[in-house]
Amino acid sequence: MSIRNFFTSRTEPALLLAAVVFAGGAWLMPAWLAFLLTLALAKALVVLGVVIQMRAGLVSFGQALFFCIGGYGVGLAAQYLGIGDAFALLALGTVAAILLALACGWLLTRYREIFYAMLTLALSMILYGVLVKSSALGSTDGFNVVPPSFLGWVPEGDARKRTMYLLTVLVAAVAAIGFHRFMISSLGRVTEAVRENEIRVDFLGISPQAVLFVNYVVAAGVSALGGGLTALASGHIDPDMAIWTTSGEFVFIAILGGTGHVAAPFIGAIVFSVIRTFAIQEAPHFWQMTLGVVLLALILFLPKGLWSLVARRSKKEAAA
Amino acid sequence: MQASPCLSRPSFRLSAIATALALAAGVSTSALAADNGKYRIGIVTFLSGAAAGPFGVPAANAAKLAVEALNAGKLPAPYGKKGINGIEIETVIIDEAGGATKQTEEFRNLVQRQKVDAVIGYISSGDCIAIAPAVEELGVPTIFFDCGTSKVFETVKNPKFLFRTGLDAVVDNVAAARYIAETRPNVKTVASIQQNYAWGQDSWNDFNLALKQIKPETKVVSEQWPKLGQGQYGAEISAISVSNPDLIHSSFWGGDMEALMLQGGARGLFDKSVAVLTAGETGIEHFKANVPNGTVLGGRGPFGVFAPKNALNDWFRPAFTAQFKEPPTYPAYKMVQAILGLKAAAEKTAKVGAMPTAENIVQGLAGLTFEAPSGTVHMSRSKGHQAVQSVSFGEYQFDAKTGKASVTKVKTYAGECLMPPDGSNPADWIKAGFPGAKCS
Repeated sequence: MSIRNFFTSRTEPALLLAAVVFAGGAWLMPAWLAFLLTLALAKALVVLGVVIQMRAGLVSFGQALFFCIGGYGVGLAAQYLGIGDAFALLALGTVAAILLALACGWLLTRYREIFYAMLTLALSMILYGVLVKSSALGSTDGFNVVPPSFLGWVPEGDARKRTMYLLTVLVAAVAAIGFHRFMISSLGRVTEAVRENEIRVDFLGISPQAVLFVNYVVAAGVSALGGGLTALASGHIDPDMAIWTTSGEFVFIAILGGTGHVAAPFIGAIVFSVIRTFAIQEAPHFWQMTLGVVLLALILFLPKGLWSLVARRSKKEAAA
Repeated sequence: MQASPCLSRPSFRLSAIATALALAAGVSTSALAADNGKYRIGIVTFLSGAAAGPFGVPAANAAKLAVEALNAGKLPAPYGKKGINGIEIETVIIDEAGGATKQTEEFRNLVQRQKVDAVIGYISSGDCIAIAPAVEELGVPTIFFDCGTSKVFETVKNPKFLFRTGLDAVVDNVAAARYIAETRPNVKTVASIQQNYAWGQDSWNDFNLALKQIKPETKVVSEQWPKLGQGQYGAEISAISVSNPDLIHSSFWGGDMEALMLQGGARGLFDKSVAVLTAGETGIEHFKANVPNGTVLGGRGPFGVFAPKNALNDWFRPAFTAQFKEPPTYPAYKMVQAILGLKAAAEKTAKVGAMPTAENIVQGLAGLTFEAPSGTVHMSRSKGHQAVQSVSFGEYQFDAKTGKASVTKVKTYAGECLMPPDGSNPADWIKAGFPGAKCS
């Protein structure tokens, strides 16, 4: 079997190449940029969860629920169970989110459109409310997450942040390839059919609810992974992880990047983070406005997100 | 489905372009920043959101005023030397809004991209807790000027680069309990109304424990926990009125605090009950006749209207009032205090006229005693990294004829009377009956 057949399309080698370049950059780029990219890639994983729901025609305004569960799963397990390994912690947070999604999914996948958006929002705000009111879990102050070990190895100083960055790149690359395969699998393609005409899907003998349910649980898992990585990288968790503005940011990045391709959320999250940090630096009193204007312009001129730049270009290339 | 094979290369190209742009921008700004020969201080306070008006903006204004005056060499002694150790100061101001994760990211950007020599900032306790480990990791002298959580030096047990020149909230509430016990010996019943988040929960916990310790006969008759920024307190005010307390304790701050006082006053809540507001000082210019005389106010230390008369205060208060058309409230005082602490530390250890290093600041500030518009500050707790100062409480007094508000019956409690010894848990210390407290 040749390498060409091993990959389903040229997207996968490109994603791998991008991951290698990002990983190689760890020794070249300044520390602040590596940290910014760590958080941006972790955020992109949550956005990926939002995007696969959007492809099914559902807007989740509460993806921060799983982002927060992933983060608190990591933080609480490190604090109270004494688990120090990054991989074990991430797995725990993700499993916790998947269990919660299995329970909530049955209810949520019965709803569509604004009702789905509002219910997801409500669930994340319930978690926010519970966390804010419980002093034992740190209330609004949250608490700090001790630096993890990596399979028994405890890096110190610069190596610590670099290892965290490399782990995030690795997880992001695996997730991107996995989700690319998911999106072009028959299940992934049916989610788009559900968005276009749910009744017809039903008549073809496929249960739309089951499709959406699997989609929802998968989205929850990847979002929790993003939350766990954020908690490990920033070393802190607080209830703001679950608040609706956090969810709003994820939806925003999803729109900014576009839903056309698995790489879009990653591009969206990186562009968003870069614009935001320079807006904060250059216009401390007006950074929200700067951010808003830039993003508004992007949406006005690129209604299908940043990805349409890439898609348009490749269409031209194909035509030529 | 758009995922045709030819999409792959451009996707990589675009992300590469984004990364390259970020790199280029970052490298150019940091190169520009690092070698201009000025001492760069990162200032982080709320410039947007609910905490901007009462805290963030006055603090930012105070920083601007103090840095301009220092660069012009216009401050009274002992701060007459230009800038910091003769070197001009440059500030980089950053908005604190947006949550702790974002703040840890921006803190790293300040240090690693903008190459600041020191950071002064942080009002939110959550931000302070999140940033404390990063301060020690990155090794840049950082002063928390305002946040009130007692967990800062629990998070970082052996601080080297981290300092706090302000007091924590435990101190405020112990002082409030002592003030009430001394001036209102007849208080039997207490009601509480707090914003339901860490600040409110901790404040009430500390005040309740302290009051129980000093006046064991007091009873809690009502606890109300509206959420932060709720704005309408009709239901809570009714509930408190029905319970008919002698005293109402609240750690409300900013707009919430002023709203509570207006709405409570209109419903006669304060006709029979006296309110004690631990962060009430910021409202003193806005209360006018709407808040009854005799309401007990605190200013989180000897700040704002509680500040003593000294040469530094004689400069600061009129200068601030003239420039910003409003007298300085406690966050403004605390910001100036942090800047002066940094200056005093640098000038104590750095060679005359030389750029102070991180090591100079850290050695100079640990255990330092310095002067500020609020009086003398002793950096004498948590291995010389936490300030000790007195705390004042007093009664609000509004003169309808002149339209001027002031505080009367001010009592000031020394830091040694209010602070638990290093290493002890504040709640346990209060429950044990304040062992080791030295009150005059």
